[in-house]
Amino acid sequence: MSIVSKNTTFLGYRRENGRVGIRNHVIILPLDDLSNAAAEAVAHNIKGAMAIPHPYGRLQFGADLDLHFRTLIGAGCNPNVAAVVVIGIEDGWTQKVVEGIKTTGKPVIGFGIELHGDHDTILRASKVAREYVQWASEKQREVCPIHELWVSTKCGESDTTSGCGANPAVGNAFDKLHPLGNYLCFGETTELTGGEQIVAARCANDKVREQFMFMFNRYQDVINRHKTSDLADSQPTKGNIAGGLTTIEEKALGNIQKIGKKCTVDGVIDKAEMPTHPGLWFMDSSSAAAEMVTLCAASGYAVHFFPTGQGNVIGNPILPVIKICANPRTVRTMSEHVDVDVTGLLQREITLDQAGDKLLECMLRTANGRFTAAEALGHREFVMTRLYESA
Amino acid sequence: MIHFVLHDAKDTVAVVVVEGVKAGMEMQGWNMDADKMTNVVAKQDIPIGHKVALKDMMPGDTVWKYGIDMGKVVAPIKAGEHAHVHNIKTKRW
Repeated sequence: MSIVSKNTTFLGYRRENGRVGIRNHVIILPLDDLSNAAAEAVAHNIKGAMAIPHPYGRLQFGADLDLHFRTLIGAGCNPNVAAVVVIGIEDGWTQKVVEGIKTTGKPVIGFGIELHGDHDTILRASKVAREYVQWASEKQREVCPIHELWVSTKCGESDTTSGCGANPAVGNAFDKLHPLGNYLCFGETTELTGGEQIVAARCANDKVREQFMFMFNRYQDVINRHKTSDLADSQPTKGNIAGGLTTIEEKALGNIQKIGKKCTVDGVIDKAEMPTHPGLWFMDSSSAAAEMVTLCAASGYAVHFFPTGQGNVIGNPILPVIKICANPRTVRTMSEHVDVDVTGLLQREITLDQAGDKLLECMLRTANGRFTAAEALGHREFVMTRLYESA
Repeated sequence: MIHFVLHDAKDTVAVVVVEGVKAGMEMQGWNMDADKMTNVVAKQDIPIGHKVALKDMMPGDTVWKYGIDMGKVVAPIKAGEHAHVHNIKTKRW
């Protein structure tokens, strides 16, 4: 018997479009690098508002620009966000982000800096941000069925204990959530290299399999086009190698443990796209932690499972990141970063089922409002994926 | 005490899961999938998280972990030795 069943509930914030969030953020979202200063000033003025600075948004074009908009709009639409103030250098693209977020029905407004300057923009934006924060602070959590919680996963600073312990625990939790009808997500395209046939075999049907292999081969082409060596310095990373991982195949076989033993891969999405039905989704994505987790936030996921071996410290401003670790040295030396300790798994002290339940219990507490280690430590890494150079 | 874990009876390497493994140490191992114990004597010091070879291997041999191909041997390895980037390489990229 798992600790979760279809009758399990959590306390979430139901948004205007029906989606359920587990945090109640009012965010000040810069359209571009130039607007970070004004956004941060507004968040400084208005307690309870959070700026999400990032370095991009100028002279991007084509698919790369589409992804920029998709990421910002997706972040604003995320149900962990109650309301959004967008600030951009000019009105045109600012309004495009505002219109995208407006489809959710949540409060959103945009301000352009040109013809106003930072001072006037900060003043105007602060007035609305104050209203939004007071409005959001009256929102109450309500009882929601577990299947309304969207759960993503990605591992980082992996070592061999990730593949033996932390990742299989995530897989066990996914195997228990999948039949309940949760939206689940994994990605890290290059880190499936050597295990891609295992993922392909788990695809629910030929159409999904074809889409998955298309995404996988597309990323292999990127690697082959740009690599200067055999990628031995990047995949596995220096941290992975220090942790005992030797080859990309070994890393991938450990990585894939996160999708459990039973879940089917039910759909494929491109970066920051929103899934359209329940099940396990593969998202084509970088394996860089902050990039992948930011893409999950933009796709609408509300809580994230992050297994680590050597101790990745990542967090995200919108998406609570739960760290799970099976390496006793990391748990000893970096305990403030670890939410779920599954070291007992490798000493045969707890079963995989118990490890999965331990993670699910932490997930429910996090959903009900408990801060993750990364939230308490102030980790807010928001990193946009770029596809190529700016114009 | 479990010193190392493996996943599949076919595996030729296993993961050290405790700190302080020294050459000469008699190590207990756990096959996680079969839930069976096994053992090997460490021929070298091996850090936690790094792999120990479970059998003698020659260059060109396939290395098995999770019961699956994880790369190729590029320098001779004896059972009980440290198996890592100095004697195993990817078959990809």
